[in-house]
Amino acid sequence: MAEAILTAKDLVKHYPIKGGVLRRTVGHVKAVDGVSFELLKGETLGIVGESGCGKSTLGRLLMRLEEPTSGSVVFDGVDMYAQRGRAMRKLRRDIQIVFQDPYTSLNPRKTVGDIVGEPFDIHPDVVPRKGRRKAVQDLLDLVGLNPEHINRYPHQFSGGQRQRIGIARGIALNPKVLICDEPVSALDVSVQAQVVNLMEKLQDELGLSYVFIAHDLSVVRHISDRVGVMYLGKMAELGEEDDIYGRPTHPYTQALLSAVPVPDPTLRDKREQIVLKGDVPSPANPPSGCRFHTRCFKAQEKCSVEIPLLEIRPDGAGGHLSACHFAAPREIIETVDLTDTPQATTFDSGLRDDSSLEPVGDGTQDS
Amino acid sequence: MTEATIVVGAETTAPPGAGPEGARSLASDAWRSLKKNPIFWVSTALIVLFVLMAIWPSLFTNVDPNAAVLKEARARPSSSAWFGRDIQGYDIYSRTIYGARASILVGVFTSVATVIIGGVMGVLAGYYGGWIDSLVSRVTDIFFAIPLLLGGILFMATFPNDVNSPYLLVVGKVVLVLAIFGWPSLARLMRSSVLQVKPNDYVQAARALGASPWRIIRAHVLPNAVAPMIVVATINLGVFIAVEATLSFLGIGLTPPAVSWGVAISDAIVALRTTPHILLFPSLFLSLTVLAFIMLGDAVRDAFDPKSR
Repeated sequence: MAEAILTAKDLVKHYPIKGGVLRRTVGHVKAVDGVSFELLKGETLGIVGESGCGKSTLGRLLMRLEEPTSGSVVFDGVDMYAQRGRAMRKLRRDIQIVFQDPYTSLNPRKTVGDIVGEPFDIHPDVVPRKGRRKAVQDLLDLVGLNPEHINRYPHQFSGGQRQRIGIARGIALNPKVLICDEPVSALDVSVQAQVVNLMEKLQDELGLSYVFIAHDLSVVRHISDRVGVMYLGKMAELGEEDDIYGRPTHPYTQALLSAVPVPDPTLRDKREQIVLKGDVPSPANPPSGCRFHTRCFKAQEKCSVEIPLLEIRPDGAGGHLSACHFAAPREIIETVDLTDTPQATTFDSGLRDDSSLEPVGDGTQDS
Repeated sequence: MTEATIVVGAETTAPPGAGPEGARSLASDAWRSLKKNPIFWVSTALIVLFVLMAIWPSLFTNVDPNAAVLKEARARPSSSAWFGRDIQGYDIYSRTIYGARASILVGVFTSVATVIIGGVMGVLAGYYGGWIDSLVSRVTDIFFAIPLLLGGILFMATFPNDVNSPYLLVVGKVVLVLAIFGWPSLARLMRSSVLQVKPNDYVQAARALGASPWRIIRAHVLPNAVAPMIVVATINLGVFIAVEATLSFLGIGLTPPAVSWGVAISDAIVALRTTPHILLFPSLFLSLTVLAFIMLGDAVRDAFDPKSR
């Protein structure tokens, strides 16, 4: 097993809610509430979850753009939150971020050359002053932009190109870890594919490790080696990509996956979709016990009292980390992972069972 | 520092590589719409004229503004004295030309002072937040409670001018009092636009890269937050000129022997019913100056506001 480069331990971030005339703290929004995981060298860890579950806050904590309420992040053997001043600046060279919205992540008044070259201005010892223009052009080339566009302004680029500029800025200092905070959510699907492929290419060439935060299950599946599912500030399930997508044991993950559209029309009716009741509870006042018990189809007395720990639970073929008292695999119509299959076989008829097709033209039949 | 200036300069002229149909920056868009706005050109022409008057009054007249011809006091406009003569027999045309200097000096100095004080305070409050923000906000609240004119009267009455006070000291006092009461509104404005710019991802990205607060403010926050303040400062320039004239009219701003429109208006009041032209000319110039600056500010604001296009 590869060595861990980034280790988060019991990360907690509570935002105070101020109320009344005296602005006293009347409560806390528990955005991230005890999240632990390891990121291995050269791997991609996908983090999925619905809006407001704390994914982005987690990313900002890993970047130390926010100070945590408690918990620690160890990066390459160094406790990140213990660093000050110069040491912290040095550490920032090795961990960078790519933002969600390519329209607000680039300063509209700076040229692309200034934006991508800014890391070199802040850390002047990386590239000598004379070589900077060349270095910036190399970076633009690496992310698939025309190096001659170095003097253009961000508004002269499309969304996908702007995201490439953001990625170029992120990898300028040759970091070891890149936090990707929904890097493709603001792009349309064809451009998403280009950017995701670019990120995979960069990972191969530069040996990056990614924390890939997203809410798009298929994109995460495509790029990730391991996947973590978050719900209301806690990690619900964490495991290898195949474990999570093939043998999920947490009811929340099962519900999420059952909502993924099945591309095969013949299988559509055979699938049972789990429809969750109600809304996500407020993170200011999360449910007792298991966070998910208010909406869970398996919930019992125990769930509202006892907090399930994230520990290895059997999934039918081995086991992986899951935070459910009643963790068990469930029959789902598995969507086939085509990541590693060659293009030619993708549309081969062998993947579909044609005998299950009902005869066409006979009208509806009761069976 | 030079880098930032070059970038801004390059953008205001023309973004390199942008075709005529290509996307344009906000500044070049604003310049395009300004070029087509007649109000902008009228106000600019007026301002250039008044600034020339302030710098080289001798370009416009060679009559000494302090040469009193008592026997021709209250003379009506004629070929020898274009705007006539006032109660003391001074040439009104000459005094109006020379009076521009006081108004422009007060307006420009006060605007610069308020931009510096208000800008720094606003950036500190908006960027750092916390107790600095609370302190600055409460202090501006206190200043807002005192009307500009009342504060001016109190201050100038407490520190009256001597007859022998040097010209710059007299002007400086007026500038000081107007700046003291004028900066809070700009600080408020700057604070709010910094608060708008700060959460943008490009500011966060700079933090993530390890940029110092000074660098973030200089390279990212200021260039994106300064436009509203420049507009309001331009409009305020006209307002300050008007307030200076008001203080001078009340006899506590600039005082004779200083030549100023406010002083001239004040002197003309006694002869209002018999010889109104004495009042007319300095008031006309004062109104035109104030109007020009306010129109310029308005035109620039409209040009920078994408919604108004």
